[in-house]
Amino acid sequence: MTTSLLMFLAFVAVTLGITYWAARRSTGTSAYFAAGRSIKGWQNGVAVAGDYMSAASFLGIAGIIAFQGYDGFMYSVGFLVAYLTVLLVVAEPLRNAGKYTMADVLAYRLKPRPVRAMASLSTLTVSTFYMIAQMVGAGALVSLLLKDSGVTYQSAVIGVGILMIVYVVFGGMLATTWVQIVKAILLMAGTILLSVLVMAHFGFSFAAFFDAVAHVTYTGADGRPVTQDFLQPGLRYRPPYGALDLLSLGMALVFGTAGLPHILVRFYTVPDAKTARASVVWAMAIIGVFYILTTFLGFGAATIVGRDAIARNGGTNMSAPLLAQALGGDVFFGFVAAIAFATILAVVAGLTISASTSFAHDFWTNVIHRGVERAPGEEVRVARVTAFVVGGVSIVIAIVLGPAANVAFLVALAFAVAASANLPVIVLSLFWRRFNTRGAVAGLGTGLLASIVLILLSPSIMSVDPPAVTGAARHLIQADPVFPLENPGILSIPLGFLGAFLGALTGREPSAEAKYTELTVRANTGLGAEKATPH
Amino acid sequence: MPPKIQTEPEPGDQTPEAGSATDVAPLGRAGGKPGHELTADEDADVADWDRVAAEPEFKGLLASKRRFIVPATVFFVVYYFALPLLVGYAPGLMSRRVFGPLNLAYLFALSQFFMAWGVAALYVRAAGGWDETARRVIEKLVERRGEE
Repeated sequence: MTTSLLMFLAFVAVTLGITYWAARRSTGTSAYFAAGRSIKGWQNGVAVAGDYMSAASFLGIAGIIAFQGYDGFMYSVGFLVAYLTVLLVVAEPLRNAGKYTMADVLAYRLKPRPVRAMASLSTLTVSTFYMIAQMVGAGALVSLLLKDSGVTYQSAVIGVGILMIVYVVFGGMLATTWVQIVKAILLMAGTILLSVLVMAHFGFSFAAFFDAVAHVTYTGADGRPVTQDFLQPGLRYRPPYGALDLLSLGMALVFGTAGLPHILVRFYTVPDAKTARASVVWAMAIIGVFYILTTFLGFGAATIVGRDAIARNGGTNMSAPLLAQALGGDVFFGFVAAIAFATILAVVAGLTISASTSFAHDFWTNVIHRGVERAPGEEVRVARVTAFVVGGVSIVIAIVLGPAANVAFLVALAFAVAASANLPVIVLSLFWRRFNTRGAVAGLGTGLLASIVLILLSPSIMSVDPPAVTGAARHLIQADPVFPLENPGILSIPLGFLGAFLGALTGREPSAEAKYTELTVRANTGLGAEKATPH
Repeated sequence: MPPKIQTEPEPGDQTPEAGSATDVAPLGRAGGKPGHELTADEDADVADWDRVAAEPEFKGLLASKRRFIVPATVFFVVYYFALPLLVGYAPGLMSRRVFGPLNLAYLFALSQFFMAWGVAALYVRAAGGWDETARRVIEKLVERRGEE
C-alpha cells in the first residue's frame, strides 16, 4: 500500500517537474495550444498512444475480458483498427488545413460562428463522457488501493482533478505532451512485464495458457460453479440483440477515433503532414502491441485471479491491478496501480486541454468575439479559466456518479458521440464540394442529439432492476429500454451522416463551394500551413 | 475582403511589444502577424488556388491518392466488419477450433492487428511518393512567382 503511494507520488513529482519546465518555455498562443508545432513524429506518436490508452484500455478492457472473455477482446481490435481511419482519412488534411482545433477545418470554408459553436459543444460533450470514465476508474482504483488508510473516493477524485488542472493551466500543450509520453512508456513497461509474468505462471507455454483460458471456472448466477470456454464468443453479446450490439460497438470505435477532439488536436503539435503521418504510425505500433497484450492481462486475470475474487475486491475495473498483486505481490501491485493512476491523470489532462482549447479558441474568440482577440493573450487566459471550470465540473460529476459501470463501456459511448457528430462533418467538409454551413450544423446537431438520446433510452440507463439492487448500481430510469442496444453507433452514425447530407441539400452556399478548391490544395500540399516555431 | 494586415502600430496604441516573434497574436495590439500565423482569410493571396488546382501534376497527385485511399479504406472496412458480423451471426462457425484451443474467432481477431499494420505500411510507402509530388507543385509555384 505505502509502496504504491510512494510510486504514485514519484510520478506526480516527475510530471510536476515537466510542467514547471514547460511553463518556463512556452510563450504565446501557438506554444500554449500546440506546443509550438515542434513535437517530433515519434514523440507525438507516443503521446497519441498515451492519450488513447486510457483507463478504459488498461482497466476496462482487462476487466471485460476477465469477465466475459472473447467479447471483451473485440474492444481491443476496434480500438486499433480505428487508427486506419485516422491515418487514411483525417490526419494529414487536418494538419495541413487547421490551426488548433477540429473546428478549424470545419470553419475553413463554412460560416465560422454557427459551425464553431456546434463543434465546441460536441467537443465538450465528448470530452465530458470520456472524462467521466476516467474519473470512475480513478475512484475505483483508490477505493481498492487505499481502502484502509482513510483516503476516500471523494478526496482521491479531488486530488486527481487538482493535479490535472495544474498541468493544463500552467504547462499547456507542451507539458501535457510530455506527461503523455512518460505515461505511455510506463504503461507499456507495466503491461509487458505483467504479460511476461502471466506467461511465466504458465511455464511460458502458450498451449497451457490457452488451455486454461478454454476452461475458466467461476460461480454462475445460480450460485453453482460454471466452467466456460473464454475464447468462445457470445458471453457478453447474446441474442437477440448481441450481434447488432457488437456491430454497433465496432462502428462507434472505428469511426469514433477520427472524431475524438483530444486525439485530433495532437496532429497540430507537429511541424507538417509528413510528421503527422509518422506519428500515427508510431502510435499504431505501440497501441497495437498494447492491445494484443490485453489478451494476457484479461485472460490472465480470468484464469489466475478468477472472476469471483475480482468481483469481491473492487469489480471488473480492478482486474489488471489484482492480477499484478497475485503475480508479483504488493510491490508490483503498487507499481501497476501507480501506472493506472498515471494513465488516468495523463488522459484527463489531454481531455482538459482539448476541451479548454476548443472553448477558448472556437467559442470565446471566434463565436462571441467574432475572431478578434480583444486583448493580448486573452485566448490563453480564457483557456486556463476553462480548464479550471472543466476540472471542477468533472470532479463533481465523478463524485456524484461513484464507481459503478465498466470504464471501457463508458468510453465506448464517448466514441459513439464522436463518430455520430464529428466524423460525418469532418469527412464531408474535406471531400464534398457541395457541403455547407447548414449541413455542418445539421450534422453536428443530429449526431449529437441522436447519440445522446439513444444512450438515454438504452439498457444502460433504462432497465427494471430487481428490488435487491440498491444505490448507484440501480438504473436511472426504471422502465423497459426503448432502444435495445448498449451502444447507439449503428443508428446514430447513419443519422449524423444523413443530417449533414440533408442539411446541406436545403440550400447552396457559393462561398463555401468556391473555397473548396483552396481547401483541397492546402490539404494535399500543405501550402500555407503553419510551420514549427522555436521555443 | 480579407482584413488588411497592419505592420505599424495604430497611433496612440501604447501596448508594449513583447513575447516571441512568432506568436499568433502579437502582444502589441496592432502589430502585423508573421506569415505562417495568418488565418485563412488574411492569407487568401498566398497562392492562386484555382491555378494550382488546374496543374496536371496536382490533378495527378489527387488521382494517385484516390487510387490508393479509396480501395484501401473499402478493404479495411470490409475486413474489419466481417469480424463482428461473423462472430455475431455465425457463432457456430467462429467457435470452431483450429489450433489447439484457439478458435477461428480469436485467430481472425488477432489477424486484424496485422491487417491494420500492413495497410498502414503500404500507405506510408505510397505517401512517400505523394510528398515528392506535393513538393514539386509548391516549388513550381514559387518559381513562377519569381518570374512574374
